Amino acid sequence: MEVTVTVNGTAYERDVEPRKLLIHFLRDDLDLTGSHIGCDTGNCGACSIIVDGVLVKSCMLLAVQADGSEIETVEGLADGDRLTELQQAFSDHHALQCGYCTPGMLMSATALLRANASPSDEEIKKALQGNICRCTGYWNIFEAVKSVAR
Amino acid sequence: MTTVAPQVEIGRSTLGESVPRKEDRRLTQGQGVFVDDVKRHGMGYLHFVRSPYAHAHIASIDVSRAEEIKGVYGTLTGEEVAALTDPFFQIAGAPGGQIKDFSLAVGKVRYVGEPVVAVVAETRELARDASELVEVEYEPLPALVDARKALDPEAPVLHDDAGANLMWEGVYEWGDLDAAFAEADRVVRIPELHFHRFNSTPLECDGALVEYNRGTGQWTIHTNNQFPGFAAIMMGPAMRTGLDKLRFVTQDIGGGFGNKITSHPQLVVCCLLARKLNRPVQWTEWRTDFHLSMSHGNERWFRETEVAVKDDGTLLGFRTKALDDAGAWLRYEPLGGVIWAQVTPGMYRWRNIRVDFTQVATNKAPVSPNRGYSRMQHLWFTERVIDIVARELQLDPVEVRKRNYVRVEDMPYETPNGCVYDSGDYAQMLDIALDLIGWDSMNDRRADAAARGKRLGVGIGSTLDSGTNNFGQSRLINPELQFSGNNEVATVKLDIFGEIVVTLGTTPQGQGHETTAAQVVAEILNCSVDDVHVRAGHDSYWNSHAGFSGTYASQFAVTGLSAVKGATEMLAAEIKKLAGAVFGGVPADALELADGGVRIKESPDAFLPFMACGAIINANNAGLPDDLGVTLNCRYVYRPPFQVPDVERKFGNLTLTYAAQIHVAVVEVDPETGYYDIVDYAAVDDCGKRINPQIVEGQVMGATAQALGAAVHEVFSYDEDGNLLTPNFYDYHVPHALDMPRLQTGYVESPSPFTPLGTKGMGEGGGAGIHAVCAAIQDATGAVVTTSHNPYHRVWELLEETA
Ligand code: FES
Ligand code: FES
Repeated sequence: MEVTVTVNGTAYERDVEPRKLLIHFLRDDLDLTGSHIGCDTGNCGACSIIVDGVLVKSCMLLAVQADGSEIETVEGLADGDRLTELQQAFSDHHALQCGYCTPGMLMSATALLRANASPSDEEIKKALQGNICRCTGYWNIFEAVKSVAR
Repeated sequence: MTTVAPQVEIGRSTLGESVPRKEDRRLTQGQGVFVDDVKRHGMGYLHFVRSPYAHAHIASIDVSRAEEIKGVYGTLTGEEVAALTDPFFQIAGAPGGQIKDFSLAVGKVRYVGEPVVAVVAETRELARDASELVEVEYEPLPALVDARKALDPEAPVLHDDAGANLMWEGVYEWGDLDAAFAEADRVVRIPELHFHRFNSTPLECDGALVEYNRGTGQWTIHTNNQFPGFAAIMMGPAMRTGLDKLRFVTQDIGGGFGNKITSHPQLVVCCLLARKLNRPVQWTEWRTDFHLSMSHGNERWFRETEVAVKDDGTLLGFRTKALDDAGAWLRYEPLGGVIWAQVTPGMYRWRNIRVDFTQVATNKAPVSPNRGYSRMQHLWFTERVIDIVARELQLDPVEVRKRNYVRVEDMPYETPNGCVYDSGDYAQMLDIALDLIGWDSMNDRRADAAARGKRLGVGIGSTLDSGTNNFGQSRLINPELQFSGNNEVATVKLDIFGEIVVTLGTTPQGQGHETTAAQVVAEILNCSVDDVHVRAGHDSYWNSHAGFSGTYASQFAVTGLSAVKGATEMLAAEIKKLAGAVFGGVPADALELADGGVRIKESPDAFLPFMACGAIINANNAGLPDDLGVTLNCRYVYRPPFQVPDVERKFGNLTLTYAAQIHVAVVEVDPETGYYDIVDYAAVDDCGKRINPQIVEGQVMGATAQALGAAVHEVFSYDEDGNLLTPNFYDYHVPHALDMPRLQTGYVESPSPFTPLGTKGMGEGGGAGIHAVCAAIQDATGAVVTTSHNPYHRVWELLEETA
């Protein structure tokens, strides 16, 4: 089936198998490998992206469901070489070790801060609850997000 | 709680500074290269057909329907594997060493999820679908799930070649047990303790992209295996090929924690199929596959434990029978049968110890190293013993610990089995941890919790993170083995435009090696960390690896950084030698490195930038003295000072360094339901000299989180037929952001006297969290905690026991 999407401002048109997951479409067909896969059950959030302004787990959608949508992934966050404040905060606070969960974490936190620029501690933790990190124990991720909250 | 990295000034020492990580720029932008990101033209996707039975004969396999599908490139069966390869080398002698382990099941399956057939197809989806068309006929056999029944005469036997389910056994005895028990005022008896099965579940599963070069007969294996040196020695002989034909390449690895050491069977399958199908083969494990089959942590029972104690809490000795459940295959085992001996007496001055160690096979996934490998199980045991002894003697667990800890004045301390604890002050660490937790106000807090209908409990977990293995310890398992010592490699060179280029033999998975290696290089070359370029990942083409290269067993800060230090010092000496010649015979001690170059101390205007040095040696070298002996490309192999252990006495130094951790957990238990919260937590770490404190603290935090997950939630549990009940993140609950308690960290720096930088390997001390939570639950409920896994329903049972 034909799928047309815009990802980080670039338009793509591809013929995809109807059962292909959106995350596999991004990674394998569009070669946007920043978004990751960490589970088979929608639990880990490594694949989190923003579709038409809404945070989604892209392993829980088929590529064909995204037809016509506007997608944002981790590759689109930085402005050229300039990291976003949040990306910089992740580095400053050592909020990443292996970095595998990081793209999903950044997308979840970006979505949170867009919707609520001054989240409470509890709101930050809730917003990250759908993202598993096996390296950091979340404390530094929380600190990083908190540091850019107004 | 957290440390924010400061801006780094150029030309100032950064050892001990939280320099921002070099890795972060790419990883925060989604520009890392993880194994599933690697693609090749025409590659096929591999999917494994896995056993639905825990134990069964394979009556027949028919791949024809799968192979007929358009887009399916081919298959591989166990029969083909048995013809094309030899069984993997076994670390064990008889009986475990007699088993025949191939990369796919041959004739029989032995656990649910065991790979039986591999299918390669044009797309991931097609490979998966085609796998469903492979017809395997099984004749089910009774399954053995409980290790305690493995040696019963009527138990089903997994491996006929071994004759029974016994894989390895050994008796360890040091000191004088009879004398210790005669001297004891009391003998504390603990019938059974159980350390449960879980692992660290790295977020990225295993994978590989394998290319076969028909012209050279060489495989290039892009993988996230974290110990290519081990994979190579397993794979080469099995595949009947020299190691020069196996090129291992890694870049970014999405967490390892030991769980990515034993992917060699899957890598062999990829290699065979890349050759058979004449195309690159890509394999990425699904999460369910990982849970079913990959690297479960060692499940261990401690039975009939007896502890000889004085009434004042002085520990004289103990004996126990350890029973280790290896699962279906010995993929790294039975090394777990000796690794624990690195920390035989825990942190205590026990001098008389006997451990009867038995390892058996069961119809469960094979075990392999998991963060804290085998030491964690044993240290959990020693900590349980301390708290149970304290309870029986009605003594304060803090006092029992302080009375028996190895003391700072005893350091370096030789344990009863010849290991040498290098440095540290455990009692001081405990004081810091108790202080962080607010120990002095604990009685008020207990009363406050009681007023709210809750029971407060405080628990201590003291643990050691032994690092830098002496592989000679493998001989205590099998005296025939010819392994000993350890090594790691680094190369540092000055390239043509003055680039400082570093290669490591390690395979980091988030530990920030690029950053800390650069810090060491910058220190010696007196330049900026930013000017040091550390290659990302590992490539056996770089000639920067040795037999034990990899990232495992808490050793980078010792082996990796010592190799970097050695290579950089060689380079620094060569730079001076070259400059001395260029300046017309100036001796090295009259020169110094500064400002990105080398200069004469007395007349700093005589300055040769690194760029000039690199250019002269590489591209403008006519007229240099014949005997100069400078390449500006230096390779150094660090070899720790080890002796081969005494196999008869099972005695010797098994690891070089002993980082220490003391954790304290405070829990509040709801006595009605068993539900509990960890309301406060402190972790104090001593890993000697810290090169980058922020990275060290990150390791402490991450290990703590894993321990808390394991203590409360995580378990690979099986039903009686051998079905895994927790095969994904839905059923296997790992901690989320909301699960994390308030955490306070503290540290002590006791430099190791045995390592070039005073560092100790670290990162695996998280087991302390399991010990601490168990102790806190025991304190809160008043019941003896006998298992490492205490979900809420288990705590409810404990409350019932004491009701
Ligand atoms: S891969 Fe999408 S939630 Fe895990
Ligand atoms: S940094 Fe490794 S999973 Fe989060």
